[in-house]
Amino acid sequence: MIPQKFEYTAPKTLDEALLLLAAGAKPLAGGMSLIPMMKLRLAAPEHLVDLGKLKDLNYIRETDGTLHIGATTTHAEIESSPILRKKCPLLAETAAAIGDVQVRNMGTIGGSVAHADPAADYPAALQALEAKLALKGAKSDRIVAAADFFVDAFTTALQPNEIIREVIVPVEAAGTGTSYQKMFHPASGFAIVGIAARVRKKAGNIALVRIGVTGLSNRPYRAATAEKALEGKLGSATEIQNAAALVAKGVDANSDLHASAEYRRHLAVVHAARALMTALARTA
Amino acid sequence: MATTMTQTETFVGKRVRRREDPRLITGTATYVEDIQMPGMHYAVIVRSPHAAARIRSIKTKQAEAAPGVVAVYTGKDTERVGPVPCGASLPGLRVPHHHVLATDRVYFVGHPVAVVVATDRYLARDAADLVEVDYDVLPAVADPEKALAKGAPAVHPEWPDNTAFTFHQEGGDVDKAFAEADLVVKQRMTSQRLIPMALETRGVVAEWRGADRQLNLYTSTQIPHLVRTLVAQMLSLEENRMRVVTPEVGGGFGSKLNVYAEEALMGFVAMKINKPVKWIESRRENFLCTIHGRGHVDYYEVAAKRDGTILGIKLKIIQDLGAYHQLLTPAIPTLSVLMMPGLYKTKNVRADIVGVFTNCMPTDAYRGAGRPEATHGIERMVDLLADELKMDPAEIRLKNFVGKDEFPYATATGLMYDSGDYAAPLKKALEIVGYQKLRQEQIEARKQGKWMGIGISTYGEICAIGPSPATPAGGWESATVKIEPSGKVTVMTGACPHGQGEETTFAQITADELGVGLDDVLVIRGDTAIVQYGIGTFGSRATAIGGTALYFALQDLKAKIKKFGAMLLESEDVTFSAGQVTCNRTGKSKSLQEIAGASYRALKLPPETEPGLLATRFWEPPNFTFPFGAHIVVSDIDGETGQIKIRRYVAVDDCGNMINPLLVDGQVHGGVAQGLGQALWEQVVYDDNGQLVTGELMDYAVPRAHMMPWIENDHTTTPSPVNPLGVKGVGEAGTIGCSPAVVNSVVDALSPLGVRHIDMPLTPEKIWKLIAGGN
Repeated sequence: MIPQKFEYTAPKTLDEALLLLAAGAKPLAGGMSLIPMMKLRLAAPEHLVDLGKLKDLNYIRETDGTLHIGATTTHAEIESSPILRKKCPLLAETAAAIGDVQVRNMGTIGGSVAHADPAADYPAALQALEAKLALKGAKSDRIVAAADFFVDAFTTALQPNEIIREVIVPVEAAGTGTSYQKMFHPASGFAIVGIAARVRKKAGNIALVRIGVTGLSNRPYRAATAEKALEGKLGSATEIQNAAALVAKGVDANSDLHASAEYRRHLAVVHAARALMTALARTA
Repeated sequence: MATTMTQTETFVGKRVRRREDPRLITGTATYVEDIQMPGMHYAVIVRSPHAAARIRSIKTKQAEAAPGVVAVYTGKDTERVGPVPCGASLPGLRVPHHHVLATDRVYFVGHPVAVVVATDRYLARDAADLVEVDYDVLPAVADPEKALAKGAPAVHPEWPDNTAFTFHQEGGDVDKAFAEADLVVKQRMTSQRLIPMALETRGVVAEWRGADRQLNLYTSTQIPHLVRTLVAQMLSLEENRMRVVTPEVGGGFGSKLNVYAEEALMGFVAMKINKPVKWIESRRENFLCTIHGRGHVDYYEVAAKRDGTILGIKLKIIQDLGAYHQLLTPAIPTLSVLMMPGLYKTKNVRADIVGVFTNCMPTDAYRGAGRPEATHGIERMVDLLADELKMDPAEIRLKNFVGKDEFPYATATGLMYDSGDYAAPLKKALEIVGYQKLRQEQIEARKQGKWMGIGISTYGEICAIGPSPATPAGGWESATVKIEPSGKVTVMTGACPHGQGEETTFAQITADELGVGLDDVLVIRGDTAIVQYGIGTFGSRATAIGGTALYFALQDLKAKIKKFGAMLLESEDVTFSAGQVTCNRTGKSKSLQEIAGASYRALKLPPETEPGLLATRFWEPPNFTFPFGAHIVVSDIDGETGQIKIRRYVAVDDCGNMINPLLVDGQVHGGVAQGLGQALWEQVVYDDNGQLVTGELMDYAVPRAHMMPWIENDHTTTPSPVNPLGVKGVGEAGTIGCSPAVVNSVVDALSPLGVRHIDMPLTPEKIWKLIAGGN
């Protein structure tokens, strides 16, 4: 478990970091995925730029009705953030469901999202929240919707030398309830399937439903058909079941030692129903 | 002048906190990895990526030329190093020659092929990638039943049937029992391969002092003296020129009850380069190259009468041995055979073992070693029988238990159970869990479509392994007690406890016998240059045998102390208690401190008595000990996902007298964790090519703290007559009692669906499929 030789730089500013990245260095954040891969020699970057120590990427702020979370904010910071717990509880709840205490203390939202593990937890929430990601390179600064960011397993819209600067999520409107429900992988703690749900009620009816799915396939996605099936309804148990039954429709489900494709699809339906039910209960 | 200080506090039987914990908790303990020496070199082992292959050539030039590299050795260089030893002997056993480095062929993924030695561990690891091995890949077989099939690839070409041995044992009249039976229940079941997963991987530091012809070997082992004897043989070195030191051991669970290729290999390297060399096993290597546990396929048949009386048991074990025999590999399933009747009276048993070579890492002793497999088997079969007869699982057990007035009890497998009251822990556990009420609740739960199960396991086990004729290397244990001139007491135990807590329990025994304080006693272990020869810690033996050796050494010393006390008090009529010898006539006394001082000063000696206070005992036990107990698991199953939640875990264990109930509970907790691991989560999976699929902690699910249920511990106490302490052993009980209780509970929950058996681990998907299929 000894990595190949590499250079390590811990720059003091983001600009300095971006210059090093432009020169071909690889970004290191919390190291929860990259370091194990390097120890197994599955990854062998020649130069690591440690973003984890950059103070200017570690923040949680509210501006103009949106919440901005710096890329190197740890899962533990997100989980325990009073602002997020109040204004975007789905993200805090999702962070609390990641791995274990040690991982949450070290791992960062930017690192996790950029790594794009198909079983990671955040992508479900980011899809449901219709989050945006601010990406930054030495000469670029752009915003990409979460829906467009995740391309495939471990593949994202990030250009080489670009990093995630911040994650942007909405302040949850009144009458919205949210929930993240997952089946834990017994070894890794990742999501075998994870479902993030947002439900907004207006005048007794369900006005908005957003469902983010992770773990089921190589790409996290929004279950739009299921969302539509529930919007405008009252939210009875049957209506929720019927909507949940649509979350895995037409999805090419992953299969491995711990869960077959068939079981994963079933879990997606079960957890969608539970997430929707819980979210609905929280609208009150 | 007599001191007035007396020590009247006693410690045996009390929940004394572990004296080893402060250094462990504060991170100041010394493990092999912590050992630093001037001029230390580092070794990295090049291992086979294939499960079966011929080695066409190995090119080492590039690696040798790499920065920092001082040597690269291959199988050609180490041919004269003796084979990795197999200590077990069975009639007709086929023993493949197990070189420390592969010569012309590799037999499993991870098989050591070359060793790279450099001045720095990073440089050594980089250079390892430069060793070029040209393999001619061959077909492999990783499943023991497939290995027995006609036309299967031969693991060792000289034995195309892949059979290392067959073993048969029979007691009573099995054919008659089965002929007379009202019913026979049959079940195939598996006890899957497991990774022992010590937190500390293996590691070796070897230091050769050429001028003195002295090899110092620091290794993380459970058996330092046996390692010395066997590795000295492998290296053709005089045994007294070798010192084995076992610093702190971060878990063994049987995986370090072994002699590994790397131990001899590091000795070889140190002697070659004349510099100290360190090898620390990576976690990946630990998965691939430290022994695995279990690996059984069992075929059971149990014959019974309609009233539930068990008449006979037939068992066929297919044991996955892996590619080689490690120290005890072929012996492990024979322990299952010994234990196959469990706590039940039946005198008619027949067992057959087929030991099968596969292209996998060898299996060997892992917590319980053969006994969890046997207990799982019989406890599942008894539940199947109860189900067939519509009897309550508690009732059928109570009906078949060996009665408490039948001890010592000769089993059909040739054991002599020492003492027992098997109904007592079961009745206590039933009461604690509220069994009748739970059964009522279950009826209601089923009406509401809920899946709730209650599972019972009543286990027996073989501890205090064991009398020497039953073991390959001697089954006694040793202890030396020295009372220093100041009166302080040093205990040296040959048992080499390594985290089980004997630094505390042996101090408790010593303090009570000598009437001194706990802090007056120091327990030393794990250095062959300091401690007299010993066997080691495994098979729940350290306290029952090592503690007894200590007890007898203390009796020797007490007699001698009394003699010195009598001399000093000028009286024959004396008593030794509470740390002083007192004249029964005058009431005058001499403290242990005064007596110790006088014994070393030796101005005057009692008749026929030597100076000093030191005693050594080697104690040979007349029998094993046989602890027992009852575990009850209440589980709730999420019918939608198949997730199992353990609502209650009640463990009532009887391990004889308890020196320290706190440590007993700790052992049960740890044992249960590993039992739950097997029952619910853990499994070693090799694919058809012999590649280890579950080779990382991201894939192999060991229980974490948050996955553990609350364990309700209780005890009954039936002292063992085998040793004067009345102790039996508890190191493996939790593991042995656990897995059948869990599986019985889940099968009970799903029994309305007609589910009779589920193989471990009980993954949610398996459970969901049963429920979805049944609905």
